[in-house]
Amino acid sequence: MENNTDLAWQGYKKGIWCDKINVRDFIELNYTPYEGDDSFLKGPTERTKKLWEKVAKLMEKESKNGGVLDADTKIVSTITSHEVGYVDKDLEVIVGLQTETPLKRAMMPNGGIRTASTALEEYGYKIDEDVKKIFTDYRKTHNQGVFDVYTPEIRSCRRNGIITGLPDAYGRGRIIGDYRRVALYGVDRLMKEKQEEQKSLEKEAMTEEVIRLREEITEQIQALNELKIMAQKYGYDISLPAKDAFEAVQWTYFAYLGAIKEQNGAAMSLGRVSTFLDIYIERDLKADILTEEQAQELIDQFIIKLRMVRFMRTKAYAALFAGDPNWVTEAIGGMSNSLRTLVTKNSFRVLNTLYNLGPAPEPNLTVLWSNKLPEGFKKFCSMVSVKTSAIQYENDDLMRQYYGDDYAIACCVSAMRVGKQMQFFGARCNLAKALLYAINGGKDEMSGDQVGPEIKKIDSEYLDYEEVMERFDEVMAWVAKVYINALNIIHYMHDKYAYERLQMALHDKEIYRTMACGISGLSVVADSLSAIKYAKVKPIRDERGIAVDFEVEGEFPCFGNDDERVDQIALEIQNKFMNHLREHKTYRNAEATMSILTITSNVVYGEKTGTTPDGRKKGEPFAPGANPMYHREKNGMIAALNSVAKLDYEDSIDGISYTFSFVPSALGKTDEEKADTLKMLLDGYFEKTGHHININVIDREILLDAMDHPEKYPQLTIRVSGYAVKFVNLSRKHQLDIISRTFYK
Amino acid sequence: MKGRIHSIESFSKVDGPGIRYVVFMQGCHLRCRFCHNPDTWNTSIGNEIEADDLVQKIISAKPYFDFSKGGVTFSGGEPLLQAKFLLEVCKKLKENDIHVAIDTAGNFDTNDPILKELFHYVDLFLFDIKHIDSDEHEALVGVRNERILEMAKYIANVLKTPMWIRVVYLPGITDKNNALLRLRDFIATLKSVEKIEVLPYHEMGVYKWKDLGIPYTLKDQRVPTIKEAKEVEDYLNEGRNI
Repeated sequence: MENNTDLAWQGYKKGIWCDKINVRDFIELNYTPYEGDDSFLKGPTERTKKLWEKVAKLMEKESKNGGVLDADTKIVSTITSHEVGYVDKDLEVIVGLQTETPLKRAMMPNGGIRTASTALEEYGYKIDEDVKKIFTDYRKTHNQGVFDVYTPEIRSCRRNGIITGLPDAYGRGRIIGDYRRVALYGVDRLMKEKQEEQKSLEKEAMTEEVIRLREEITEQIQALNELKIMAQKYGYDISLPAKDAFEAVQWTYFAYLGAIKEQNGAAMSLGRVSTFLDIYIERDLKADILTEEQAQELIDQFIIKLRMVRFMRTKAYAALFAGDPNWVTEAIGGMSNSLRTLVTKNSFRVLNTLYNLGPAPEPNLTVLWSNKLPEGFKKFCSMVSVKTSAIQYENDDLMRQYYGDDYAIACCVSAMRVGKQMQFFGARCNLAKALLYAINGGKDEMSGDQVGPEIKKIDSEYLDYEEVMERFDEVMAWVAKVYINALNIIHYMHDKYAYERLQMALHDKEIYRTMACGISGLSVVADSLSAIKYAKVKPIRDERGIAVDFEVEGEFPCFGNDDERVDQIALEIQNKFMNHLREHKTYRNAEATMSILTITSNVVYGEKTGTTPDGRKKGEPFAPGANPMYHREKNGMIAALNSVAKLDYEDSIDGISYTFSFVPSALGKTDEEKADTLKMLLDGYFEKTGHHININVIDREILLDAMDHPEKYPQLTIRVSGYAVKFVNLSRKHQLDIISRTFYK
Repeated sequence: MKGRIHSIESFSKVDGPGIRYVVFMQGCHLRCRFCHNPDTWNTSIGNEIEADDLVQKIISAKPYFDFSKGGVTFSGGEPLLQAKFLLEVCKKLKENDIHVAIDTAGNFDTNDPILKELFHYVDLFLFDIKHIDSDEHEALVGVRNERILEMAKYIANVLKTPMWIRVVYLPGITDKNNALLRLRDFIATLKSVEKIEVLPYHEMGVYKWKDLGIPYTLKDQRVPTIKEAKEVEDYLNEGRNI
């Protein structure tokens, strides 16, 4: 075995990575930064073209079939549950499917048997009776566990939509296995490490904590063993390290495939593999055993597989997170701690798949932007954005300070150190509704229920800013507590009944955990409070005494105009709520964090929220993530960018999402000029410490046309909030929401 | 000191080099019949803003200027009507190393001491010439053009501050009676001109006249194509190379 490992590592600079599991060290010592332009890139091979044609046809069929091509109703998915599957064996360079046929969705009932069976029924399938019986009568699921413990208060908050989207009936996701470890070390070495970890826990007192960890590590070792078996079925022995570029890509993909066979997590991100894989490709290129065409083929084929990831989900889930997203997020670029760029030729190759295969929402390609990135790469990314609208950008200079230089992005915007950190995903709290509770004495404005505490009701004719703020703070304190309690229950049960065995096997023993809370409606709240402070706001109360409408006299500044008067209110709310979250004890001592991110759920949150003092009417959508409310940005895009960039990352280290749309002509006349302008805007935004931005460069007319003629735009991709979707696969409501957003001209 | 502004557009790619932060100043003393911003005419309305506050707003966009070699452009309205205010603002902007452009119709006395001081802080003039013929100018704009052309010469040949000439092309008016040839010859005498921009007349501002209840007198004016405007631009540019 040692000889085989030596062979696999031949030519690589040795370091601590040889003795300890440390992929970062391997990368730092062995990668080749690339400062050039895109001229070396190659188009797709014939094989790739033919394969993609076949896959695209299947996707079209899937779309025509109502969104699901086929679904498993009998086999409970595990790493080894299914036989091998191919699209077309002769055309596939990288192999492996979740089930035995392409795009067929696997069944994963551990999150909740009701969710699994409902999802099947909604698409015309029927779950196998035996499976249903087993997971109802004999094997408890995550969902059951959570509802056994939920308090009436949590249920009430959930029902009324002040806390929404909780992962209590679906897989929490947002965990990134370090899939690179399988390629670099081979599974046997990883198993050995885990056995050592297990040994280190033998002498400890068997406290609850140690018992849990020992059980988890045993599960992890079993999962690694299953992963080997899975690969063997496809004819590959992954017990040993990858010897060449092909094996590195294939091994990495197998590791990821194992994870998505086992877990239907809300976001199943890939991590940060591009530059890692480049090391293998560079070695093969130098040894003349690989050409650039072949290197691109490996990447194209890998990406095709990632585009085919599917999970069985309910329609209620789709209403929240539209467009069937999986967040197969790959983080590209960035700088190393030594300030060399981590951009390699493979960073280009991965983005080049958007040209070779056409635009697509998955994998969720995320460029880690630093002002120090090489110009050639900046230009290339900007051009790909102008042409495909399929990239999101995040601030590497900002995140590197918190996470070092080997972090990746889970889901949309959440950074975490690869293999060393995980998060307990917590969806989000509806702050706009919380503000209405503050005005209405804790009563829900829609149901009339006393959901919150019976705080003193505000009964003045005009709302007083100080008084509202005081009540609002009380409501925020209360909801933060209920929220953390709910998350503690959820993640206790998820660990117990739907533990991510393989993903956690690809982590260190000591894990840094965050309790990733979130908020929605920040711009609604900021504008509402601004109205109360700078204009006169008179609540119109109904017979229940609940404010159902507001009369606003006078003008008030709105978030998104670089106006300190209101931007400071947004910052104050952000800071206050984060501090309330920090006050509570968390499961496994996770650090409470917060995101300002809604994904597409801004539409559903809006539906569930009454009229707010900013002039937003009952049922109207919120702006997504940290976006200003649509059409209230009156001073152009830089003012809007500045407002969002002011939000404090320290108080939202789980991410601050901003979705931005340009009409193409706003950026310039030629594509070169457009890309150049975009590059400068990104440099400016991140210099101003903005955290994340989704870039869409598209004419509204094209979107309108695509609503009426979806068949003309099968691959039209648009970024929504931390991820991308195929526009034609969205519901009409979501399509209209996107079209009504501000497009900068 | 307070100034009156009509509005701010924090991102523009068409009002000077790089990314421009455009401040539309309130108030104008010309009455161009083709004006697309008649809502900026009135000198007694608009949003009052402290010089320091405006400076802060502009500085907050500085990284965008730095990356794009851009800066701020004062447009309007006629920005030079508030020269005192601009002087205070521009002094501070220059302390922060911000590129300043002023978009003006130039209808001022070159001996005005405040203007003279202000011009010291201006890096670029976007100088509008509405018509080269003074009679035509008067018919189109309401005033004669002698002072304007004097100002152009003063900026270009005495101060030697970089200048972009801007001309709105109205077919049948701008090119009447050899006017384009005369304009071309005039521009050729201006030494600091770096660029000539010909903007095609458009009707997108007409609704504002209606809103303000002012009769629009250019009703039958033909809207030129972008290509036509480009041809005029090329023609004027040829004069600089002779």
